[in-house]
Amino acid sequence: MSKMLIKGNEAIIRGATLAGCKNFFGYPITPASEIAETASYYFPLVGGNFLQAESEIAAINMLYGAAGSGVRCMTASSSPGISLKMEGISYIAGAELPCVIIDIMRAGPGLGNIAPEQSDYNQIVKGGGHGNYKLIILAPNSAQEMSDFTMKAFELADKYRNPAIILADGIIGQMMEPVEFPNPVEEFPEKPWAVKATKETKDNLICSIDLEPDDLEKHNIHLQEKYAEIEKNEVMCEEYKTDDAEIILVGFGIVSRIIQTAVDKLREDGVKVGMIRPITLFPFPKKIIDKYADKESVKNINVVEMNNGQMVDDVKLVVNGRKPVTLFTRMGGNIPTVKEVINHIKK
Amino acid sequence: MKKNQSTILDKASIFYDTFERKAGTELKVTHYCPGCGHGILHKLIAEALVDFDVEDKTVFLSPVGCSVFAYYYFQNGNIQSAHGRDPAVGTGYKRANPDSIVISYQGDGDLASIGGNNILQAANRGENMTVFFVNNATYGMTGGQMAPTTLIGQRSTTTPRGRTVENEGYPLRMSELLSTLEAPVYIERVMLTDPKNIAKTRKAVRKAIKNQIDNKGFSFVEVLSACPTGWKKTPHDSVNWITEVQEQYFPIGVKKDVSEEREPIIVKRITPKYSDFHKVLDIQSLNDLPDVPKIPDTKNINEEIKIAGFGGQGVLSLGYVLANIGMGHNYAVSWLPSYGPEMRGGTANCSVKISDVRIGSPIVDNPTTLIALTKPALEKFENDVVPGGNIIYDSGLIDVAPKRKDVNVIPIKATEIADKLGSTRAANMVLFGVYSKLTGYLSQEYIKWGIKHIINKEKFNELNMNALNAGYEFGEK
Repeated sequence: MSKMLIKGNEAIIRGATLAGCKNFFGYPITPASEIAETASYYFPLVGGNFLQAESEIAAINMLYGAAGSGVRCMTASSSPGISLKMEGISYIAGAELPCVIIDIMRAGPGLGNIAPEQSDYNQIVKGGGHGNYKLIILAPNSAQEMSDFTMKAFELADKYRNPAIILADGIIGQMMEPVEFPNPVEEFPEKPWAVKATKETKDNLICSIDLEPDDLEKHNIHLQEKYAEIEKNEVMCEEYKTDDAEIILVGFGIVSRIIQTAVDKLREDGVKVGMIRPITLFPFPKKIIDKYADKESVKNINVVEMNNGQMVDDVKLVVNGRKPVTLFTRMGGNIPTVKEVINHIKK
Repeated sequence: MKKNQSTILDKASIFYDTFERKAGTELKVTHYCPGCGHGILHKLIAEALVDFDVEDKTVFLSPVGCSVFAYYYFQNGNIQSAHGRDPAVGTGYKRANPDSIVISYQGDGDLASIGGNNILQAANRGENMTVFFVNNATYGMTGGQMAPTTLIGQRSTTTPRGRTVENEGYPLRMSELLSTLEAPVYIERVMLTDPKNIAKTRKAVRKAIKNQIDNKGFSFVEVLSACPTGWKKTPHDSVNWITEVQEQYFPIGVKKDVSEEREPIIVKRITPKYSDFHKVLDIQSLNDLPDVPKIPDTKNINEEIKIAGFGGQGVLSLGYVLANIGMGHNYAVSWLPSYGPEMRGGTANCSVKISDVRIGSPIVDNPTTLIALTKPALEKFENDVVPGGNIIYDSGLIDVAPKRKDVNVIPIKATEIADKLGSTRAANMVLFGVYSKLTGYLSQEYIKWGIKHIINKEKFNELNMNALNAGYEFGEK
């Protein structure tokens, strides 16, 4: 099968449709609006639903309802809109509903601007909403992965009855690249827990309330066990030219593309450098980072992010003082250049 | 009336026999206080669902409020939702499962305050669901705070001296408000006070559910209901207060009813075969088209192109066509439009990368070729071009020449040439011709074939081809 040139944001909806998702509820926001626009065009053509909700809050609650019926469903937004969705995300995680949420990050805080940033890392990875929950988080760095990871997100969401998030940024959303689309998924997992409005499912309950502390603790323990299972099975990480690397760069999403070029150029100058790119931000690739923190030949580990240094905390937790960890960041919608990354390493 | 016609003495079969989901040991009684209206309303709804034979396909939504625990009692699919969000949750559910019967059961704080916009919008969309709105003029569950329906002068734990117009404004009449909307089918306010009014409520409940079964759209029943605990009154005094005080501000009666004239709305859905999905999704590769010209062997190249000018000059589309044709030649490509803070005052630019190896950063910091269509664009990017690189610029529009001596400078009056050929809009194709001749790694035959299919507008094809040729011939010189 050959490829078509397509925007990341549009690739998401094609991937979602091929993954059997027919339900989109969303609210416009730059730079994520193409996702809703594309869904509004294609979902009705495959017998699905597109609805522009009255607000981000309504959209995430429509998702809660649709996911409760057992269908594959999704929403998409950008940072300020994701902030608004956080209460609903907590309910969805609490009620263990599978669905896919796309966050095309932009710069903040507040209204910020529409340029790319990665400053939703903490709100997505560490919670954002209330309670002891985790999301499954995939961070694509290409248009191809926007499609592939959206499909993967639906699979993981169903497998673990957990919301999954695609955490991308404005550049990956707006960029066009060749994408190869697979055949549509034709078989879907059973969801015996869903409220399907049938005789067989009439005792089912979608719920996140439990007044008894002992029972709610039990539910929380169950959730933590599930997250541990996800950590065991689902870590995705790319290692690029790390075998003999003395210097390790760490970055996710669009930053990893910049790091890749920086690694290639530094290698031309004889610098032994490689990249670790966390693809799943939860589960975080702790073991892989741990491996390099332990390696004698590794001199230092350098995190590059488009925020105030958020993922670096997770890297430091793993490294735990074994190697120096440095940080290079740009904020406000600025993108680190290859040259800046090279200069940071050469310093 | 169908099977299971209930009499006043029967327990509707949709109620659980024992309320196992309820905490504690008293699993035969509800959690509602003595004199509370919820129990009566639950019973009327339950009986209607059973009588209409829709108990199995009913989904009961219970958001925050005393009735958040409705799922203790109703043996049908239950969804407990966030405060005020029932209409949104119900919308999502019903859209995903249109054959279901969705009952939204909301209190006054939930519906009229925190969820005000959700109910308004769901009603306005005419969602085919049934909403029961329990107006008891207080926040029962959280312990008697002011509700949007709390009356003027009424005391609550957050209006200890009574609600005032000056501080809290007037109570919201939701039934009247929603009645101004076009979409709702049926809106009525009733009260649970005496057998006569309970019978009226029963009728309203049934009508609101029947409308949904008949696919007529949004029905809404507001129920004035006692909260003796919140009101600090006896059940008897509470009922009297509804009649004597609450009903004065919230008059009962039908506010809107177009049930008879409204045609059922049936959503028809077409589902294509899996084998047709790619076609439906417009997934189409250039090289899958018939008559693809021969593609030359890939060369060892690493082109980083910056195309810059004003919006409307075809800057982004030139980049798009170039990236597409590069992809058709089996190169790795990326196309990135000017985005974010760069987009000011109508300027447009894009970054295109074409390489025989995997592309790292899609951002072009140092172009191997700069194609500039305006003076500001030339000035902005001139110094970024790599030594030995190319600057192609529209010398008809830009009255200064690049100062760089270490790059290959190609001035061309692209817009003027395109204008003579028929339209200034083809200037980008002139520039493409120059670029392709200059760099030489793309097949001319493929470019012509590709442009025809990528742009896919018959009427521009001849113009584009002429413009491309003009640029190509210029490049030869």
